[in-house]
Amino acid sequence: MLYREAGDYKTSYPADSQTFPIAFDRYRYWVVLAVAFLVIPFFVNDYIVNALLLPFLIYSIAAIGLNILTGYAGQVSLGTGGFMAVGAYACYKLMTAFPDVNILIHVVLAGGVTAAVGTAFGLPSLRIKGFYLAVATLAAQFFLVWLFNKVAWFYNYSASGQISAPERTVLGIAVTGPNTPAWASYLVCLVFVTICALIARNLTRGAMGRQWMAIRDMDIAAEIIGVNPLKAKLTAFAVSSFFVGVSGALFFAVYLGAVEVGEAFGINKSFLVLFMIIIGGLGSIFGAFAGAAFLVTLPVFLKLIGVDLLGWPTDLVAHLQLVVVGLLIMFFLVKEPHGLAHLWRLAKEKLRLWPFPH
Amino acid sequence: MSADFLYGIEVVINGLMAGVMYALVALGFVLIFKASGIFNFAQGVMALFAALTLVGIMEGQVPFAHLINATFGTEIHHFGWHVPALLAIFLTVGVMVVFAWAVQRFLFRHLVGQEPIILFMATIGLAYFLEGVGDLMWGSDIKTLALGLPQGGARWLEDATAGLGGEDFYGFFIDKLDIVATGVAIVLVAGLIAFSQYTKHGRAMRAVADDHQAALSVGISLNFIWILVWSLAGFVALVAGIMWGAKSGVQFSLSLIALKALPVLMLGGFTSIPGAIVGGLIIGVGEKLFEFLIGPMVGGATENWFAYVLALLFLVFRPQGLFGEKIIERV
Repeated sequence: MLYREAGDYKTSYPADSQTFPIAFDRYRYWVVLAVAFLVIPFFVNDYIVNALLLPFLIYSIAAIGLNILTGYAGQVSLGTGGFMAVGAYACYKLMTAFPDVNILIHVVLAGGVTAAVGTAFGLPSLRIKGFYLAVATLAAQFFLVWLFNKVAWFYNYSASGQISAPERTVLGIAVTGPNTPAWASYLVCLVFVTICALIARNLTRGAMGRQWMAIRDMDIAAEIIGVNPLKAKLTAFAVSSFFVGVSGALFFAVYLGAVEVGEAFGINKSFLVLFMIIIGGLGSIFGAFAGAAFLVTLPVFLKLIGVDLLGWPTDLVAHLQLVVVGLLIMFFLVKEPHGLAHLWRLAKEKLRLWPFPH
Repeated sequence: MSADFLYGIEVVINGLMAGVMYALVALGFVLIFKASGIFNFAQGVMALFAALTLVGIMEGQVPFAHLINATFGTEIHHFGWHVPALLAIFLTVGVMVVFAWAVQRFLFRHLVGQEPIILFMATIGLAYFLEGVGDLMWGSDIKTLALGLPQGGARWLEDATAGLGGEDFYGFFIDKLDIVATGVAIVLVAGLIAFSQYTKHGRAMRAVADDHQAALSVGISLNFIWILVWSLAGFVALVAGIMWGAKSGVQFSLSLIALKALPVLMLGGFTSIPGAIVGGLIIGVGEKLFEFLIGPMVGGATENWFAYVLALLFLVFRPQGLFGEKIIERV
């Protein structure tokens, strides 16, 4: 009864082409934002922020980025971890080289650097397709991690080979470093997530998004109807890498604080983000959020049940987690190949007809 | 001959041997990809799982002992018997056949007609699942594989070649295990080729690889062939698992050899058995030589990425790999 277009008359072109055409969607969106910005910061503690909220927000950005590349433009990438590392190291170098500039600007610039690197690694996608490209992106993953490990300039010649974020403030409140209040790091990530999701949503609705989807569905046919594959593929790589870079920078600076590249940005991170968009739904911004939320809460949930409730040892639960994640991936691919986002879509369709489904 | 040059030759020989090991893993990929179009990312984990199972059976470990102990508070670990190696290998092959059947029955039967990329992602899920199951069943500690395979350097070769290069050269150092692995690989490939050329099921397998629908229409059961192919891949995984397990112990890192096999496949082409072998040799020699010649200049450990970058550069010029089928695109 609430969720339908009927009676919602649009009287101007901007109103007709707005992001959420259904009024209920708009209200829901504002309510979610209001709760996230105005309610949650007052009720969080360190544990909730570090175990759930920060990973969820940061992985959401990475998942949106990968979803643009894989879900919308159809180019499978296994190099997400490597590109996150680029974002983290770019952010670190910028933070230490220009300590007076605001950290938020550094994060955006780190995204820009990653976009450039991503575009360079995206060049072979013009010749290489499908599996071959997926494996080729592994070259980026392994090469970049090796580079950050071996070239001392990247970690400012520190003895441990790690990078650690110095304290930086926004409006006088620390957002990186050990003295950061939980709500501050949460809000910083939330601001980035909101802006990124808004940009991604509108990019994928526009001409550029339609070009990506045409390339995904059949690149030769797309080329024939006038989509420039060079432009479409490289913009997909650039935009995707930008988001992934931003998430890498936040992951390092705000979330972890200190990072060892092989451990934090290894091949497992690439797979994790890939799983998020498969479970969430390829080609859907909501899916990126749903997948990230699912895979961030799953280990916490399993640990709660296995260790705290049943009293199993932690290593057993860790192995069980692999089994559960693997099973879930297979289950989703068999039963619901379009992911959680599709369930959401179905629910909305049902809601439109409710309470008179016939 | 100068000592440096001779050391270079030694590096090349060792690279060839390492390449054989990569090719062993790559073979399993090619078998499955040819017959069913599935790019099986789980091949490396299958090797790990097969090796773990082999060790577990030989030692008489109780499967899922850790889980049982944690749930019921018991203290069981071993049945208290030891199974001879040959019998254990047979039993492990049996386990891999059951695994092949289960994968076919519960996973890929439901995914017939899906896009290749969906199938690929399903095998990533399968890899995670199998890794977890392997750890749960047999425990995650490092195990040694006591099959009695020869270890250490081949002394006689070292002594025989020591005189070649004067003062600084001590002879070629070649691992005996690598020599055995090369022999096994040759036998394995010859066996596979003989199987696919001269037996009924082998011919059926090639027919399926050529064209699914045509094979179906002459009465070949796709289901059976796919189980057969997955079983064969399981067997190849077992061989690779034994070789790699004897080299570096049976442990988690064994599953990472799948990642090493990927550039081999890209180079050789996904659909070609000779390609897997030539690709393996090129990658093996290439990365060892690169590490030997360029590695010291850039800080070493180039083996992590060299294979990928080589394969990437190669693909830019020849997108289907060395021996892969020409990619024809139609609208």
